[in-house]
Formats: sequence, structure tokens, C-alpha cells
Amino acid sequence: MDFLNAIVALSNFVLVPAIAYGSQLALGALGVTLIYGILRFSNFAHGDTMAFGAMIAVLVTWWLQSMGVGLGPLPTALLALPVAILGCMALVLITDRLVYHFYREQKAKPVILVIVSMGVMFIMNGLVRFIIGPNDQRFADGERFLISARDFKEMTGLREGLAIKTTQGLTVVVAVIAVALLFWFLNKTRTGKSMRAYSDNEDLALLSGINPERVVMYTWLIVAALATTAGVLYGLDKSFKPFVYFQLLLPIFASAIVGGLGNPLGAIAGGFIIAFSEVTITYAWKKVLTYVLPDALAPSGLVQLLSTDYKFAVSFVILLIVLLYKPTGLFKGKAV
Amino acid sequence: MSEPVKNTLLFLLVGGLILLTGFMQSWNSAILILNMGLISAIMAIGVNLQWGFAGLFNVGVMGFVALGGLAVVLVAAAPTAGAWGAGGIGIVLALLMGAATVVAAVFVTKKMPKGRTRMLVLIAIMIGGFFLYRGVFDPNVAAVEAINPAAAGNIGGLSLPVLLAWPAGGLLAAGAAWLIGKTALGLRSDYLAIATLGIAEIIIAVLKNEDWLARGVKNVIGLPRPVPYEIDLQNDPSFVERASGLGLDPVTASTLYVKLGYSVLFLIVLLVLLWMAQMALKSPWGRMMRAIRDNEVAAEAMGKDVTRRHLQIFVLGSAICGIAGAMMTTLDGQLTPGTYQPLRFTFLIWVMVIVGGSGNNFGAVLGAMLIWFLWVQVEPIGLWLMQVITSGMADGSALKEHLIDSAAHMRLLTMGLVLLLVLRFSPRGLIPEH
Repeated sequence: MDFLNAIVALSNFVLVPAIAYGSQLALGALGVTLIYGILRFSNFAHGDTMAFGAMIAVLVTWWLQSMGVGLGPLPTALLALPVAILGCMALVLITDRLVYHFYREQKAKPVILVIVSMGVMFIMNGLVRFIIGPNDQRFADGERFLISARDFKEMTGLREGLAIKTTQGLTVVVAVIAVALLFWFLNKTRTGKSMRAYSDNEDLALLSGINPERVVMYTWLIVAALATTAGVLYGLDKSFKPFVYFQLLLPIFASAIVGGLGNPLGAIAGGFIIAFSEVTITYAWKKVLTYVLPDALAPSGLVQLLSTDYKFAVSFVILLIVLLYKPTGLFKGKAV
Repeated sequence: MSEPVKNTLLFLLVGGLILLTGFMQSWNSAILILNMGLISAIMAIGVNLQWGFAGLFNVGVMGFVALGGLAVVLVAAAPTAGAWGAGGIGIVLALLMGAATVVAAVFVTKKMPKGRTRMLVLIAIMIGGFFLYRGVFDPNVAAVEAINPAAAGNIGGLSLPVLLAWPAGGLLAAGAAWLIGKTALGLRSDYLAIATLGIAEIIIAVLKNEDWLARGVKNVIGLPRPVPYEIDLQNDPSFVERASGLGLDPVTASTLYVKLGYSVLFLIVLLVLLWMAQMALKSPWGRMMRAIRDNEVAAEAMGKDVTRRHLQIFVLGSAICGIAGAMMTTLDGQLTPGTYQPLRFTFLIWVMVIVGGSGNNFGAVLGAMLIWFLWVQVEPIGLWLMQVITSGMADGSALKEHLIDSAAHMRLLTMGLVLLLVLRFSPRGLIPEH
């Protein structure tokens, strides 16, 4: 019985949150990795792209809520998601036309593009704050829990409860659908194949008649869709605050790099590696250990390896270790 | 127009803008802009050293600036009575044990043959060391933080003159930069960027959470100053007399006097560092740096030790940022870890360097003063602009209120726009490199 309790406590506090967070990171990292693979630079504005997409979703959700439209148990934001994706697509396409296009023509060095993306980051950040303000916004509605802790306890008679939030379940489902669609697109469609060809070998792709501007446009469209989805899911799960999205940049980049920049499969693996290590290292293990260990060995402290405020340090240390031992990431990434 | 004339005119333009602030708003805000502009100029010199001279992409400026601020607390603040006896020594011991663990791990990695045994020994050292460290660290931290937590709760400083904290800030930042550079400098440019970004966040997290060090988010206030206090000046009859001789009331005169005192100190530091940076740029060492930046492979073929030179300039540039950070904390008179934001302390400095002209020290200084002026003044200008735009709208309409409230966020938009415009139309900056 104690062993079951330990497993339930572990799932409740570690596994479920880490899977949800990992899915969000994976979606974010996929965007970063696609930009790196096709456009060949690290996009510092990615966090703010996520914030922009999520912001549109928040605004549309509020409008829908005021009209009395809803999805019942599911959050209204799901209805707003397609609109938000379209808005975000428009933004990144305009940005590409006005900003990045020029440097592509010039064949500018990647580091220049990184600095350019810093400028874009400032503008997007300003835009989001300008439109919705810098504060916390709540837009989640519908049923709060798939299973609440109390229901679970009544159902199983265990002492520990397992709570799964609707947003957590939704995150995983939506992420699986998005990733499946992405891989289908990259592997089966003509455009997807040309994207992969362009990423693998630019010259050869150009030689075989692939239109680079078309490839770049599709990349931005996909990235906008992924970023908005990640942003909305994160906002639903935690809350929407522009600055938090900027801070997500670090774990997202860590995920993409750990998996190998430019490698979509790596980005997903990286997202889960980072999420699981952040959660396990900052979790206070006392409860689980008390169930598992005999009474004599029961811990007196919290058995928390690091305080939650140091979660950045975790993603960072993993990043450093991977880079020092496997400079192109766990899955073979590319080096520009 | 010859180049020196153009550059002089640019500097005069910035000076004119600050004077204009003095005439139109108040002299206090004008000198405040000047002071922060001077500090920003020093940070920009540091970043220019790394990026402009050596092409190192460091986006962890915020961390080094914050370390400089920490140095002010550790050097100049009053010591907390009994803190060292209660747990301070234990904390230092714990930190040394932590460092010894890492050193041992590195030693094992280097000396033992590759294989499963090495892995096991490494894991044993790391886990054992970690728990040993926490075992010593935690009780001592609790003891220190228990001392008068409302007012102190930290180990306090050494009560030394605050000016000593400036070089100390540089040293602290240099030490951190050395550690970071040793591990991260071998990485490619955008990996280095992400690594430094992460390190800056970690440094801020440490400052926010380690209450025993500098009280965390409870802030350290009332740090000593290198200039007299306004209230003392106002109570000094000879000062009041001189002020009235100039036609100023004592309160204004004292605030101006104090701020100008800071300006003079900052200007001296800036000029010294600028002179040193110019000398370095012109020296064979500077030429070597630029050679490495332009073609690493060729420089290496000529027998230059690229990794060591990179480490050297990374440490130097970070130290300059640390000095600037210490100066800024001295100017504020308080250390508030919650206020360090990467947009303000890292990316804004980058905008300064790019706009001014990377690779040119005078460009960095000019860019810093100009961008800082904009950063401060965009807010009132934006507010005015919004009032003009919304003047036709009905009073009390939600859109009008929203637009006027949002004027404060014009800053980030403007900075992004300035950066993008400069990169597009004048990519070498206002004062290009020779």
C-alpha cells in the first residue's frame, strides 16, 4: 500500500507536471530548431513570438467569453487558437518581409541575424506590453480537473491523491497532435521534403530547383503555429504574463541544443529531458521517501536538492554537460 | 565633413540633448541622465571590448553588473554583529568544500582512464560532495539568517570605503568570468550566447535567494556614499552661503552638488577606462585581437593561442561591466536584486554598442549616452504623443485610457526600432571602426 501511495505521490507532483511542461518546452524547442535548421540562426525573439500568439488567443478568448460562447468542459481558448495562429503567422511573415529578408539576400553571417532577432525581440516584447500590458492575465475556463485529488482518493482508497488538471491533459493531447502533424508534413509532403532537403544541403536543394523563399515562408508559418500553440498551452497551464515567456527562452534553447539544434526529434527529447530534470531536482522528496523507506530511515528534512528558484540553473547545467561531452547535442544536430 | 568634425558634432549633439533636458525639465533629471549615461558608457566599453575587439557574443552583461553591485555590499556595508561567529565561517567552509568537490571531479576526469570506474567514482564524488556541502551549509545559513532578520540576517560587509568596492566589483566579475570562460568559451558563438544568458539568470537567482549573502529580495539599503549627504550640506552654513551667492536655494543646490560629485567621479573612471581601451586597441595586442576576430584559423596558424586570448578579453570586458555595476549600486545607494532585468541590463547595452559602432570605443561611449537619453526620454515623449493622438477622442473612452496607459511601453518598441534601423541602414554604427 505504501508503495502504491509513493507511486501516486510521485505521479502527482513529478510525472504529471513534468510531462505537461515537457510538452510545452518541446513545442517551443521545435520552433527554435526549425528556424535554426532552415534559416540558420538562433532566434532570440522566439519567446516573444510565443507571447504574441498567446496574447491574441487571450484577447479572442475574452471576446468569445463575453459573447457567451464556450466549449463546456474544455477551455474556450481552444476555439481562439486557430485565430491566434493566423494572427501570429501574419506577424512573423511581416517581420520576415521587413526585417530578415534583407539579410538573407545579403547572405549575412548568422551572428548578425541573431543580433537582428534581438531587435525583433524588443519590438515584439514592446508590442505585447503595449497591447495587453505587463501583468498576469487569466483566460482559462471550463472544467478545472480531469481527476481531482479527492475523487481519486475516494475511488482508490489510497491516502495520496492524484490530480490531473484539464490543461495538463489538453497540453499532452494537443502536443501529440501537433507533433504528429509536423512529422507527417516534413516526411510525406512535397513541401516538407523540400524543407528537409534545404536544411540538409542548401546548395544541392537550390540546384534541384527548390524555391528558397517558399521554403522560408512555410518554415515561418509552421513556426508561428508551433509557437502560438506552445504559448497558449503554457498560458492555460500556468498563467499568461509577457515576461515569463521571455524567460522561457532559456529552457527552450536548452531543450533544442541538448537534443541537437536543427533536429526536430532531438527538440522533443530535449524538452522532456529538461522538464524532467527541472521538476525532479527542485521537488521536495520527503513525502515519496517516507512511503518507500522504512521508518528508521525516514528523512527529517524536505530532501529538496535545489530550491525551485534555481530551476534555470538545472537546464543550464544540463546544457553545459551535453555541450562539453557532445557538442552537437544528443541527437546529431548541425553546426553552422 | 571630415571624420573628427563629424564625431565631435555627434558628441556635442548628445551634450546638447542633455542640456536641453536641463533647461526644459530640470537640472536634477539632466544630471541623473548624465550619470547613468556615464555608467552605461562604461558597460558599453566592456561589451565593445568583447564583441567589437574579439567578436565574443556575451549576453550575460546583467550578471556581471549585478556581481559588481554585490561587491558594494560585501565591501562597504556595515558588518552584521556576530554573523561571522554564528555561521559566516561555516558558510565559507561549506563553499570551499563545494569547490573542492568540483576540483576533485575535474581532477578525476583528467587523471583516470575513461571507462565505467571513472563514471562511478565521479558520481560518488559528486553526490557525496553535494550532501556534505548541504550538511555544513544549511545550518550555518540558518544561523546567519536568524540574526535580526528584519534589518540584517546577512553576513554584512567589511565597512571599507565605498570607492574600494568599485575595483572589488571588477575583481568579483572577473573571477566569475574566468570560471565561465573556462567552461563555455570553447563553444560556438550562439551556444556561448545562450550559456551567458543562462549564467546571468543564475547569478540573479543566487542574489535573490541567498538571503545570508545580501538579504535577497529584502534588499540592502543605506549603502555608504563617496559624496556628502544632502542634509549635511543644507546644515552647513558656508555651503548655504555659497549657494545663495549663486542664486540657488539650499535644497536644490545640495542635490545638484551631490549629483555633480558623482558625475565627476564617474567621468574620471570613464576617461581612465576609455584611455586604457584606446591604448589596448592601438597596441599589438589589439591588432592581434582583431586578427583573431576576423579570421580565427589564420590567427591560429600564425601561432596565436586563440582560446587563451578569448578568455583574457572575456575576463577583462566582464570586469569592466562589474566596475560599472558597482558604480551604479553606489549611485543608487541600495542593492535591489529584483530590479535586474535582462532587457534593461543586457540587451539595452547591446543596442548601445551596435548603435554607437562596434569596434570603436568612442562609438560605444556615444551610443551609450544617446541610447540612455532616449531610454529615459521616450516615456514622456510617448505620453505626449499619445495625448496628441487621443486628443480627438471622447474623454473617458476605454481606448483613450488604454493608449495613454500604454505609453510607458513605448520604450521597448523604440529601442527595437532604433536597433533594426541602424543595423539595416548603417550597420557599422554612428562612429564606425577604422
